[in-house]
Amino acid sequence: MSDLISMTLAEARDAIRAKTISSRELTGAFVSAIEKARPLNAFITEAGEQALAMADAADKRIASGQVGALEGLPLAIKDLFCTKGVRTTAASKILGNFVPPYESTVTQNLWDAGAVMLGKTNLDEFAMGSSNETSAFGTVINPWRAKNSNVNLVPGGSSGGSSAAVAADLCLAATGTDTGGSIRQPAAVTGRVGLKPTYGRCSRFGIVAFASSLDQAGPMTKTVKDAAIMLKSMASVDAKDSTSVDIEVPDYEKLLEGGIKGLKVGIPREYRIDGAPAEIDALWTKGAEWLKAQGAQIVEVSLPHTKYALPTYYIVAPAEASANLARYDGVRFGYRAEGVRDITDLYEKSRGQGFGAEVQRRILIGTYVLSAGYYDAYYSRAQKLRTLIKRDFEQAFEKCDVLLTPTTPGPAFGVGAKTSDPLEMYLQDVFTVTVNLAGLPGISVPAGLSENGLPLGLQLIGKAFDEATLLRAAQAVETAADFKHSPAKWWSV
Amino acid sequence: MSVDKDTVRRIAKLARLAVPEARLEPMAGELNGIFQWVEMLGEVNVEGVPAMTSVVAQKLKWREDRVTDGNQADALMINAPGSEDHFFVVPKVHE
Amino acid sequence: MNAPIKNKLLKGETGEWEIVIGMEVHAQVLSQSKLFSGASTTFGADPNSNVSFIDAGFPGMLPVINAKCVEQAVRTGLGLKAKINLRSIFDRKNYFFPDLPQGYQISQYKDPIVGEGEVLIDLKDGESIKVGIERLHLEQDAGKSLHDQHPDNSFVDLNRSGIALMEIVTKPHMRTSEEAAAFLKKLRAIVRYLGTCDGNMDEGSMRADINVSVCRVGGYDKFRADGSFKHLGTRCEIKNVNSMRFIAQAVEYEARRQIEVIEAGGTIAQETRRYDSKVGETRSMRSKEEAHDYRYFPDPDLLPLEFEQSWVDAIAKTLPELPDEKKARFVQSGLSAYDASVLVAERELADYYEELAKGVDAKAAANWLNNEILGRLNRDGLSITDVPVSAHANNAIIQMISDKTISGKIAKDLLDIVWTEGGDPRTVVEARGMKQVTDTGAIDAAIEAVIAANPDKVEEVKAKPKLAAWFVGQVMKQTGGKANPAAVNAALKTRLNLPDEG
Repeated sequence: MSDLISMTLAEARDAIRAKTISSRELTGAFVSAIEKARPLNAFITEAGEQALAMADAADKRIASGQVGALEGLPLAIKDLFCTKGVRTTAASKILGNFVPPYESTVTQNLWDAGAVMLGKTNLDEFAMGSSNETSAFGTVINPWRAKNSNVNLVPGGSSGGSSAAVAADLCLAATGTDTGGSIRQPAAVTGRVGLKPTYGRCSRFGIVAFASSLDQAGPMTKTVKDAAIMLKSMASVDAKDSTSVDIEVPDYEKLLEGGIKGLKVGIPREYRIDGAPAEIDALWTKGAEWLKAQGAQIVEVSLPHTKYALPTYYIVAPAEASANLARYDGVRFGYRAEGVRDITDLYEKSRGQGFGAEVQRRILIGTYVLSAGYYDAYYSRAQKLRTLIKRDFEQAFEKCDVLLTPTTPGPAFGVGAKTSDPLEMYLQDVFTVTVNLAGLPGISVPAGLSENGLPLGLQLIGKAFDEATLLRAAQAVETAADFKHSPAKWWSV
Repeated sequence: MSVDKDTVRRIAKLARLAVPEARLEPMAGELNGIFQWVEMLGEVNVEGVPAMTSVVAQKLKWREDRVTDGNQADALMINAPGSEDHFFVVPKVHE
Repeated sequence: MNAPIKNKLLKGETGEWEIVIGMEVHAQVLSQSKLFSGASTTFGADPNSNVSFIDAGFPGMLPVINAKCVEQAVRTGLGLKAKINLRSIFDRKNYFFPDLPQGYQISQYKDPIVGEGEVLIDLKDGESIKVGIERLHLEQDAGKSLHDQHPDNSFVDLNRSGIALMEIVTKPHMRTSEEAAAFLKKLRAIVRYLGTCDGNMDEGSMRADINVSVCRVGGYDKFRADGSFKHLGTRCEIKNVNSMRFIAQAVEYEARRQIEVIEAGGTIAQETRRYDSKVGETRSMRSKEEAHDYRYFPDPDLLPLEFEQSWVDAIAKTLPELPDEKKARFVQSGLSAYDASVLVAERELADYYEELAKGVDAKAAANWLNNEILGRLNRDGLSITDVPVSAHANNAIIQMISDKTISGKIAKDLLDIVWTEGGDPRTVVEARGMKQVTDTGAIDAAIEAVIAANPDKVEEVKAKPKLAAWFVGQVMKQTGGKANPAAVNAALKTRLNLPDEG
């Protein structure tokens, strides 16, 4: 049993194709693993029965020789993707018992490839957070614990349910979304791979919007190869998303081959920040050496506006969110407050009671920066900064093919450790957020353990729509790091 | 610039969020912390820099003018907290 | 070009005032599907049946623009002789209302698709003035709330939500309620000619918000000279005036109200007002605490709207002849400016006229249309699209008048017959023996008969030649109205030896 669930996506795919296992066997193993892992609170909605039915259908197709790219492979879906007939919450009380009458394009692509849905994973409310502590459905617990400690740690965020599920072998792979680091940061602190594709690579249709110009779906997997396989199926050109880009989706798995000889890897000097733990810096240096050893050329580059990225993000993202979340008004779906006097009272109470504290804070920030008299000073200036940040990358990419940076400023932290100061929490995204602002692809690869035995990740950043090169470089880091660690399954004993 | 209690009340009203009176002051403090930090953007000379309108080089997709959607009033109503005869129902609105 | 300013002034207690009027017209774009969704735009469908999840603002839904709506906006811009912007931006206009499901309206704020243009309007006294167009932009229409179905609740129908609107904003170039009404009429004619909006005000496909302000005499000219609004008074916006008739009333009322307020020592607050047609008043719509702050920002779900000049040029080539050009052509063909402007006001009327006037005298055709056809339509409560006798058939009648086959009087009878009974006019004339008698033998015989029956009248006529008309009438009666009156006149003169200037 534990062999089945600890397989990589590629291994499981090959086993299913070789008919050494059935999708039902595999799915059944995950369904029971998920039940045992409830203490982690990784799932908001478990869909065991439906998963088994999907597995049976996949087995039938396999028997008849119709084998999709992900045929019979059980996945976990971040509960930000609308799934037809299956409750979708965005981890918010305001969505109530919302059951979408439609399917997101990304999940539809997965089911079209034959994949099986195990359930919907927990997240920060509306994907706003870096620790999964803002979920209305409770905090997710990181499967990892520090050496000689049983203190509960956060799994990162916002895709913390997905990162925990992948790390705890509760699925072969999961979907995530990344607005400021929400795939890469949780992947890093759970010792797994997380890929944020280029903006426009995966359709946003049917994904509950947080910040439309930054949101991008991507895979969270055990290996770089699995990420390549997942991305191939998740990505598409979608007529239903005006920002989805008309570029054909290549076979990323095939493009993994070929090594990195001659690849130019840029090290952005501004990513060395004061007060970052020495072990982060040391790992970063080690990563550069690994790549060099495999034939890459290391070049130092400059991204001068890096320090403005986070404040820029905390203007742009809340501004967009304040409008995106206006539709949650208690009229057509979702939570409606009781005993209201009039329509304004209905809005204010439904939204005041339905949104959690962090979401409210961001709505207020966003409303403020767009309001009369402040637009130019905040929103307009931030969008200009974004242009400068993007230009930095364009200039850097004249000198190199990919960039190497740390993913996070440190390993997973304790539940409740950073909830008192929003700014301290926001700093979790300091290395990842630039990538969203510039629309570039980024990937986090597990690269080592911290002094206290917790996973740390390295981030690679690629040129727009060059996920293939990015994945190849990531695989080189993965190979050199040879990260074989897994958390002890303390929850199932 | 600094955010005070009244400002929080005003933007909460704009955002249609019922923020309890007791939360206004602490919220003003939190927002001030964030806005002070954001002030650093003022250091950058952005003269002549265009504001970003699209992060990727892509032309807006145009759709053909065909009726491809609709006739699903039932599906629209299944999640509605108040509905009647295929209408969404809200407390009386005085225009 | 401007007429003496006198007739544009309103007299108050303390002196004379000028009215300054600008307009924002919302015109629903004619398209099959909505601006950003594939739901139908058909009017009058069952509640919430023409609604996609996009129009209802469901989670994860995204807008995709309808090419036709863009084309229609460009077409309209060209018809308004306006600047077409090859790059424009969609913004979100944020506010909460039950018929605004997204919590924002997708509109265009700083960078509209169409820039400055102009509309020429014709006034009754023959004066013609130019009204500047400030801009035209595309935006989503809102849904509708019904308030009279239930004592405590409102019912929301989103069928209209997301239909494309063109908001057309004028410069404050109108000075009287008559000009305001004439502008809207002209704009309606233009969009109907272009086929970009059906102009149906009853169904709300065209709605006008009217900005009215008053200033002391001379303020307007100063404004036109330097463009500064400081010369004008504070304006009030009268929302959603949905009938041509009410425009004039609303403007008049509002201007007089403002003058009264100012003359009583008060000031005008910039506000939105509603015209109540039942009592003929405008009333303030929103209380002051509800300050609007729409927080416009570019919609991140949409990229900038861009197209090539060559595409615009291709659309320009397909533009129909517009009212002004048509009017000029009609005038050239012999119509008065007034007749021509009446005819071009409705495209269907102009089309009907053109078919009617083929090969006949333009003035005769216009008179026939105005006096006979429109008179009957008016009597029967019909519009030009329901006229029971085709333009072609009417053309035949006019031809028969001009070649003297029938008399003008008979022609009217003939029209009455084909109006109610149908049939080809020429066939009817043949079958019912309605042809005009020009045969002098028949006329002479009739004259002899009348003379024989009225010997006393003959003497009177000789003394007073003006009384010849009585004889003409009698002869016409004798011939059942079919005699050619001119021929009768001539024959009578000869027979009775009357002088020519009888």
